Amino acid sequence: MAAGNSEVAALAQQGQQRRAEQMSERSRMRSGEVPVVELRDVSKVYGGGTVGLERVSLEIGRGEFIFLVGPTGCGKSTCLRLLMKEIEPSEGELFIAGRSLKVIKRNRVAHLRRNIGNVFQDYKLLPNRTVAANVAYALEVVGQPRSEIRRKVPEIIRLVGLSTKLHNYPDELSGGEQQRVSIARAFVNHPPLLLADEPTGNLDPETSIGIMQLLYRINRTGTTVVVATHDRDMVDKMRRRVVELYEGRVIRDERSGLYSPDESTSEFAIRLRGEFGIGAEGHPN
Amino acid sequence: MRLGFFLKEAFRALRRNAAPSFAATMTILVTALLLGVFIPIVQATTGGASQVRDRVLLDVYVKDAATEPQIQRLGTALKNLDNVGEVEFISKATALKAEMKERGSEAYEVLGNNPLPDAFRVTPDDPDRIDALADAIVVPDSGEKRGSITSSPAFAIIDEIQNKEEETQKILSATGGIFVGAIVLAVLLTIASVALVANTIRLSVFARRREIEVMKLVGATNWFIRWPFVIEGVVVGVMGGILAILLLALAKVTVIDSLQQTFDFLSTPETLGFLPLSLVLLFACVAVSAIGSGLTLGRFLRV
Ligand SMILES: Nc1ncnc2c1ncn2[C@@H]1O[C@H](COP(=O)(O)OP(=O)(O)O)[C@@H](O)[C@H]1O
Ligand SMILES: [Mg+2]
Repeated sequence: MAAGNSEVAALAQQGQQRRAEQMSERSRMRSGEVPVVELRDVSKVYGGGTVGLERVSLEIGRGEFIFLVGPTGCGKSTCLRLLMKEIEPSEGELFIAGRSLKVIKRNRVAHLRRNIGNVFQDYKLLPNRTVAANVAYALEVVGQPRSEIRRKVPEIIRLVGLSTKLHNYPDELSGGEQQRVSIARAFVNHPPLLLADEPTGNLDPETSIGIMQLLYRINRTGTTVVVATHDRDMVDKMRRRVVELYEGRVIRDERSGLYSPDESTSEFAIRLRGEFGIGAEGHPN
Repeated sequence: MRLGFFLKEAFRALRRNAAPSFAATMTILVTALLLGVFIPIVQATTGGASQVRDRVLLDVYVKDAATEPQIQRLGTALKNLDNVGEVEFISKATALKAEMKERGSEAYEVLGNNPLPDAFRVTPDDPDRIDALADAIVVPDSGEKRGSITSSPAFAIIDEIQNKEEETQKILSATGGIFVGAIVLAVLLTIASVALVANTIRLSVFARRREIEVMKLVGATNWFIRWPFVIEGVVVGVMGGILAILLLALAKVTVIDSLQQTFDFLSTPETLGFLPLSLVLLFACVAVSAIGSGLTLGRFLRV
């Protein structure tokens, strides 16, 4: 009996420690003392000798909105997948909030990913679940209580502008709407870092602006946002930091001086529409 | 563990994976049914055999012509033999009473007189050496020469010795055969059940590979991903088990119990009660399906 109790106590303590660890990781990612993301001389050679990345060094500070650009096959996805610890670098080291990904054990990778939101070109929604269930999934996974899930899901879906589609299935939504659901899912846990791999790759320009506007709004809550895209037009008009890759190497890292960091979301969208030559009245999706 | 969420996920998967789940449930049902029939049968037969075993003994029948003192001398001589535990005298009258009680009195009443001989029932200390004991009781005019053992004159009035051991051996070897057959069949069926559950879960994992990918991306731990599959397998096992128990209960009520009322010989004194038997079966089903899902998760869901 006594042994059982102390075991329970030890487990509880472990849980607390983990939560504390997670919290501290989050606060470190938010604090800005260390870069949220750092790559040191990272190379990735795939089996068969294909070079994904070659000696890339990069620092991304807290709250940045940064584009990874370059032609297809230049290593953008490789870079994001390395940050998720989906794949391991062949050489060099990656850090998230100052902590090396090398030392994160396999069974702690899940906890790393809870602090990184993910958005994909193909949305990766679960086809036989409603919009609400898709978003709720990310909360179930981290063990949020049901009451929290019931409160947070409609809130975040309202934020991405899909309140009326709460109970629709993904195949009943347009591409832009699906991407909004996927962004809602990525952001519902309020991760300090959000990675988006070609989020507008399947969308028309007007819809793309809506998605970019949403990502920008998320960025303004303090979340660091990294967007990989081959759409140079969009990037040039966004006027944010741009890192250009070519055949796995960084060939340009530009902090564009053209934008004011305090631009509001609507100012941002109006400017973007203007630059694309699309009227402000355009449909958001 | 978020039991509610996992249960919901598991049942959702079962609905989408209905055909293989049904096949696995049916296999488990058949396995459990056979176990449910075999366990009592094996128990009853081995129980019967051990009863016979306890009764390993020699019946020494006395000639009709024997006198009272001769019979008494025979009793003493039998008691003095090696490996003799108990010697019980059963007189003609006692034997008749016992027979009439067991088989009804009509036959003997028709007969008019008592055809049964006086007898001694000899119980050996060690049932395994009953053959040696039988050999030591040399019947004088049986015509056989049995080595150096000299016949006691007291044995002269012995008519016949009946050794019950041969029957015992027959029963033991027959039940042994049933036992081995049942075990082989149970093992084969268990393997089939495990394989079918493993296959069901494998198909389920395959059908949900996209979900699993997404779960990993949003930070699900390995066990968070595995639990619904384990539960899915166990639900298949429990369903098969419960169906089997229901069928066995139905068979018991409609067939066995009514037969038992008519024919006394069906009563099997030393079998497991129905409730413990059901629990054993249910436990076996859950174990089989858990092993089945475990195999699949180990091999196809290294997350
Ligand atoms: N799993 C893989 N196995 C082998 N080669 C790969 C793999 N993934 C990507 N590559 C190769 O690595 C290079 C960079 O790919 P990727 O990072 O996907 O580029 P991008 O996302 O910029 O289009 C490409 O040449 C691609 O063919
Ligand atoms: Mg890519």
